[in-house]
Amino acid sequence: MNIIVLVKQVPDTTEMNIDKETGTLIRKGVPTIVNPDDLAGVEAALNLKESHGGKVTVLSMGPPQTASMLKELYARGVDECFLISDRAFAGSDTWATSKILSTAINMLDYDLVIAGRQAIDGDTAQVGPQVAEFLNIPQISYIESIDDYKDNTLFVSKAYETYSVKMKCKLPCLITTLSGLNTPRYMHAKHIFNMDAKEISMLTNEDLKLEKSVIGLKGSPTKVFKTSVKDVQKDTVKLRLSPEEAAQKILDTLQKEDGGQA
Amino acid sequence: MEFVMNEKHRLFDKMLKEFVEKEVKPIAKDVDEEERFPEETVRKMAEYGLMGIPFSEETGGSGGDMVSYMLAVMRLSQACATTGVVLSAHTSLCAWPISEYGTDAQKQKYLKPLLKGEYLGAFGLTEPDAGTDASMQKTIAVDKGDYYEISGSKFFITNAGYADIYVITALTDPEAKTRGISTFILEKDMEGFTIGKKEMKMGIRGSSTCELIMDKVKVPKTNLLGRLNKGFSVAMKTLDGGRIGIAAQAVGIAKGAIDEAYDYVKERKQFGKAIASFQNTQFTLADLETNTEAALLLTVQAALLKDQGKPFAKQAAMAKLHAAQNAMNVTTRALQLFGGYGFTREYDIERMMRDAKITEIYEGTNEAQKMVISGHMRKERG
Repeated sequence: MNIIVLVKQVPDTTEMNIDKETGTLIRKGVPTIVNPDDLAGVEAALNLKESHGGKVTVLSMGPPQTASMLKELYARGVDECFLISDRAFAGSDTWATSKILSTAINMLDYDLVIAGRQAIDGDTAQVGPQVAEFLNIPQISYIESIDDYKDNTLFVSKAYETYSVKMKCKLPCLITTLSGLNTPRYMHAKHIFNMDAKEISMLTNEDLKLEKSVIGLKGSPTKVFKTSVKDVQKDTVKLRLSPEEAAQKILDTLQKEDGGQA
Repeated sequence: MEFVMNEKHRLFDKMLKEFVEKEVKPIAKDVDEEERFPEETVRKMAEYGLMGIPFSEETGGSGGDMVSYMLAVMRLSQACATTGVVLSAHTSLCAWPISEYGTDAQKQKYLKPLLKGEYLGAFGLTEPDAGTDASMQKTIAVDKGDYYEISGSKFFITNAGYADIYVITALTDPEAKTRGISTFILEKDMEGFTIGKKEMKMGIRGSSTCELIMDKVKVPKTNLLGRLNKGFSVAMKTLDGGRIGIAAQAVGIAKGAIDEAYDYVKERKQFGKAIASFQNTQFTLADLETNTEAALLLTVQAALLKDQGKPFAKQAAMAKLHAAQNAMNVTTRALQLFGGYGFTREYDIERMMRDAKITEIYEGTNEAQKMVISGHMRKERG
């Protein structure tokens, strides 16, 4: 099974602050990590390879320093890494990014594409599904477990808020993974010390040959109108309730405030 | 030590920190309290290639160097000194002499599985009457034609009982004293080879320290390690390298103690403010950090010299001496910052202080290191 995993290098948001003046993230000096949902995707791909054979290829779009993350993924055991990097891609929103990624994927052999559900810096959860649309293959998002693979069919569980649904899909397809799907393995000492044998393949727009109108800021239909920081109110009450009880509680509270109008 | 680290060292250090945080730190307290050998951790270390770090891939190792190995012992010991010494004894004292002096057949049979972590290794030199004066060996190997018959006992053997392979010394020419000692490879299941009393220790309580009893153990001639009657030199060279491991362990313990103290002083309030705001606290921590950095640099120097194939015995002895004394000093003074709480077993700092003490004793006491260092000075200066 040839598996392509889409991975993003993100700032470690647990160590991040927001500039209240501009409403943007202060990225300076913040360590970068492999996006957690994507790392689960890498682990899932390595597990599938170990049980069914094949190859795990990682694709990442980002600035040249993304190479450090790709080396870490080599050390975790992936077979090949591609870095898609070009100044022309800067400013791409999820639509343009998906266009770029799917064009690169189409240059490679694949049976399964795995993307993390969402990146912890943008939280859109749009890239995986959009890539599937551009590739014109079926997709299942929010995978919480991969249950089986036989006869070219993948059996998975898709998570909803309070329940999950078992689904199956013939390959090729795209799935998006949740970080809770598995526990990622550590880097392996042998892979680390054998790093010189591994190379990161670079892909630029000279390889992808995309029109300027569909990439970068120009090719991005998303327009950010305003970002703001939400203040946490100090009189927040924390309650541990089931979804049904929580709904009832909210309703009761609103009715009380509304004088029984709601 | 950033100035000597290449990209692989940095990546390996990242891997180690992640491994230690998830696998070693959470059980360090239990390993000590229950005096439990951390078998599950050792299995995981094997799974990730940590049992054969400074050996080439052709021999079954992971293809790293001494600097990487030093980092591993240090990071493990930063959370759990027991786990650190399991790796150090296995790597430096058992795998290394086989890789250096072993025949191809010995390497195939013993080294490969040791480096993969399928076997755990141990080393036996010390005897009840042969400590720092290792020449007073009584264990004897009698040539019986087809095999050697070994009888005697070894004391304070790290990893004993859990190890599969033991590198031990025995007299092959009792008259010749140190020129009549040879080194042998023993398997745990050899007839007449048993594990004796387990020591109840002050520190590194999860590590297994036992007596080895050899009662007419038949050892095939092919298990002689290195040349006949050259075993004393094999043992001394092995200990030279081992000191880098123990120095790294001592640096790790000191770093761990500084970590604990640094967190504690930010939380602990006296006279209306965090004790971290007092200059006494800041100056104490600055001292400990500086001296620990010096210990680390001495250790890195010894590891780097060994990687470069240059003489390192004097530097390894200096690293071990300074790092061990520093670990004792740092843990004692860091504990002082905790006040009464530091004396309770609720905090890890008391374990670290107990663990630090052994680094001043095993693989050559502080005094033995000074003998080695002054010996080198005499050679250098005449």
